[in-house]
Amino acid sequence: MGQAAPETFAGLPPVRPEAIRIDDLRKSFGTVEVLRGVSLRACEGDVVAIIGGSGSGKSTLLRCINFLETPTSGRIVIGGEEIVLRPDGTPASRRQIEQARRRLGMVFQQFNLWSHKTVLENLTEVPVHVLGVPRAEAVARAMALLARVGLAEKAGAYPAFLSGGQQQRAAIARALAIEPRAMLFDEPTSALDPELVGEVLNVIRDLAAEGRTMILVTHEMKFAREVASHVIYLHNGLIEEQGPPAALFGAPRSDRLKKFLKSVS
Amino acid sequence: MTGWLQPHRVVMIALALALVLWSAFSLRWDWLAEYAPLMAEGIWNTIWILVVTSVLGMLLAIPLGLAQAAGPWYLAAPARAFCTVIRGTPLLLQLWLLYYGLGSLFPQFPWIRQSDLWPILRQAWPYAVLALTLSFAGYEGEVMRGAFKGVPRGQLEAAKAMGMPRLTILRRIWLPQAVQRALPTLGGETVLQLKATPLVATITVMDIYAVSSRVRQDTFIVYEPLLLLAVVYMCITGLIVLAFRWLERRVPQRVA
Repeated sequence: MGQAAPETFAGLPPVRPEAIRIDDLRKSFGTVEVLRGVSLRACEGDVVAIIGGSGSGKSTLLRCINFLETPTSGRIVIGGEEIVLRPDGTPASRRQIEQARRRLGMVFQQFNLWSHKTVLENLTEVPVHVLGVPRAEAVARAMALLARVGLAEKAGAYPAFLSGGQQQRAAIARALAIEPRAMLFDEPTSALDPELVGEVLNVIRDLAAEGRTMILVTHEMKFAREVASHVIYLHNGLIEEQGPPAALFGAPRSDRLKKFLKSVS
Repeated sequence: MTGWLQPHRVVMIALALALVLWSAFSLRWDWLAEYAPLMAEGIWNTIWILVVTSVLGMLLAIPLGLAQAAGPWYLAAPARAFCTVIRGTPLLLQLWLLYYGLGSLFPQFPWIRQSDLWPILRQAWPYAVLALTLSFAGYEGEVMRGAFKGVPRGQLEAAKAMGMPRLTILRRIWLPQAVQRALPTLGGETVLQLKATPLVATITVMDIYAVSSRVRQDTFIVYEPLLLLAVVYMCITGLIVLAFRWLERRVPQRVA
């Protein structure tokens, strides 16, 4: 036999490759258990939205995927490669974590652009100095990305001179510059003035439309409903309810989710 | 108004000019020609001691600050102890302990006396450089500790999240920002370091201060060499201030 064909079931379309998979993830901070056994799967092209109240563990869940937080226990598989963990949950190999992170583009609530570098340098930093992309090529790619998020004319500016919305668009472009297999968004619009939210959501919507794999922690329910292929409602470190957005937002089953949706609308 | 030439400035310039003319004509400068070569040497010694000890001290201060800001306890504790001892004792004491203590210990070991280093170790300047370097490292280690801690965590996290190795994060993100944050303080500290250099005259190093003392001893002219000494230090201070201003401007900061 040659290479195995993609898993198929009679009459069903071929299963898309799995991008991110989390099994029974647990995370405690001291005695507080923030995640109490969460499982999640994102195939390529999926847009998974994670919603939930503050303290529900949604940001922690996202940050465990690229090991900005070290899980207490559980399994994490990125692009088919399982991250090897020691019994106490810490990653066994820093190298493996670093390589896995290069396949994930993370966008933060607070943008976190490097303030001592221009927008262009923010985009070329990792490609040139970590991934070994030739500078000319990295610059060309970065300029194309900046044009795409509408910031071509800000390439030489320092982050402090940009508005919040511009900074976040630059941060998205920076994450895209490493050509990640999946994007992780941690409340990307929560730190923005209301009038700047739209421009950032437009960029994310655009990425979803081109079939990018994304996991998105958000408070923007309307947006989640519009772009997500799958929605997860997290409560107290457990998945309370999940499903397609139409079902979750249109006909929530659990009382907690009903109450939550009412409180945020 | 014609730009910078405003009335109060014209008055200041006139006053300064008057002062210069007065000191040129009514004070004694006939010794200058004879001592000019020695003074040039003294200025050179002062400047190279300042530059070398500041650069070496800074290179030591970076690990000292990093160990305190982010290191494990077995690195942080000695680093903190070092900074505390250095900052808690007078520089003159450190200088003399090294020169009269260490310096008089070395000749007792024949293998040191016979080593190739001996021609250097028997001179005074290595002890001056060592003492001033350690002193600068002690103060700047403390400055760098704060500077490292002041870099926003999120920016380091962003670097981590993109798969940057730890050493690359330190070299490309953390250290440049820490140094940039510390620059205004470091500028002031370098000026203080300049004014700590005359202490080396107490262990026979011929810096510009030592030269001015020599002129006084030789000629019994007291006031003029001191006046010139003040001018020299002010000029070097001006250069330091300009250099740091240039460094600070390299990354534009938004004016709030």
